[in-house]
Amino acid sequence: MKAGLKRSNAPIFWSLFGAGGMFSALFGPVLVFITGIAVPLSLMLPSETMSYPKMLAFAQNFIGKGFILAVISLFLWFAAHRIFHSLHEIGIHAGLGAKLICYGSAFVATVVSAVVLLGLGF
Amino acid sequence: MPDSQRIIEIEVLRYNPESDKEPHLEVYKVPFSDDMSVLQGAQYIKDHFDGSLTFRWSCRMAICGSCGMMINGIPKLSCETFLRDYFPNRIRIEAMANFPIEKDLVVDLSGFIEKLESIQPYIIPREPRSLDQGEYIQSPEQFNAYIQFTSCINCTLCYAACPQFGLNPDFIGPAAIALLHRYNMDSRDGAAAERMELVAAEEGVFNCSAVGYCSEVCPKHVDPANAVNINKTNAAKDYFLRFLSPKGGSK
Ligand code: SF4
Ligand code: FES
Repeated sequence: MKAGLKRSNAPIFWSLFGAGGMFSALFGPVLVFITGIAVPLSLMLPSETMSYPKMLAFAQNFIGKGFILAVISLFLWFAAHRIFHSLHEIGIHAGLGAKLICYGSAFVATVVSAVVLLGLGF
Repeated sequence: MPDSQRIIEIEVLRYNPESDKEPHLEVYKVPFSDDMSVLQGAQYIKDHFDGSLTFRWSCRMAICGSCGMMINGIPKLSCETFLRDYFPNRIRIEAMANFPIEKDLVVDLSGFIEKLESIQPYIIPREPRSLDQGEYIQSPEQFNAYIQFTSCINCTLCYAACPQFGLNPDFIGPAAIALLHRYNMDSRDGAAAERMELVAAEEGVFNCSAVGYCSEVCPKHVDPANAVNINKTNAAKDYFLRFLSPKGGSK
């Protein structure tokens, strides 16, 4: 075996990427349909489905909070990883800066949404 | 035969390290028949136009893995690619992408050979076994778990196809990981934990961004991309669960 091998920390990002990919594949299309088409056009769903009180109640529920956080955060971790690696593939030697921007924005958005969700109370 | 009168233009990437600053293209007009491979086209050029044209070949039957080149930009074995499929267009042959060129169509494979050695490509038994214990018995399932990954002929077409290897030549790469996986999956072998150090290293599987082109160009259907992917999962498990394992996993 080669000497001086360093363990890669990629599994952290790769796991978030994998979870995000799975989650967005499962919920992404249906969320686009509900929030972007069905509710605004009152198609199959009444238009007050996503009214402020209902959404607030959803965000104050423990499971609702988890779901919202997962949608925002995991989608972003997925996108960050994908964008970072696509830069690499098209030959942009994405260095530390690109890494910080990609993963950093996912991290900041995760923290901000967690704080906001907790601030909404239970 | 009117067939043998046909002439195809072959554009060849030439590079002589002793006189050329950089590689350049040269065009040759090669008469060909229907049964002529691209390799035979190159041999025709060597025999009739320029004896210094340098390329590797041996078996002429997609077994030895030495005749790989870029054919119109796609990594292929030149002995199983036919001129008739490109005629009447010009065909361009170049040294395999992502490797340093040694001369003309010959690339420097020493990095690849080192990688092959580094994965410990041999069975490391779980425990010492004496002769009187007899042979190993393997079930068809145990055999099927690894047999696909034994078909690799080390042609390195998958490396020429891999954009990540192109960007980071330290990446262990598709074929070496497929072979590593072949030994890990062998029921007689017990060194998966040892090999994990390499799989999980910065040179390891996480360089792969699941492009999948390696498996597409592989002439032996080894599916190296699959081996890499499985080992990403293995490495991720090892990363998070290593603290629970009694031996502490690899560092
Ligand atoms: S995995 Fe396939 S493409 Fe890669 S070296 Fe082996 S036979 Fe060639
Ligand atoms: S000459 Fe052996 S694989 Fe082509």
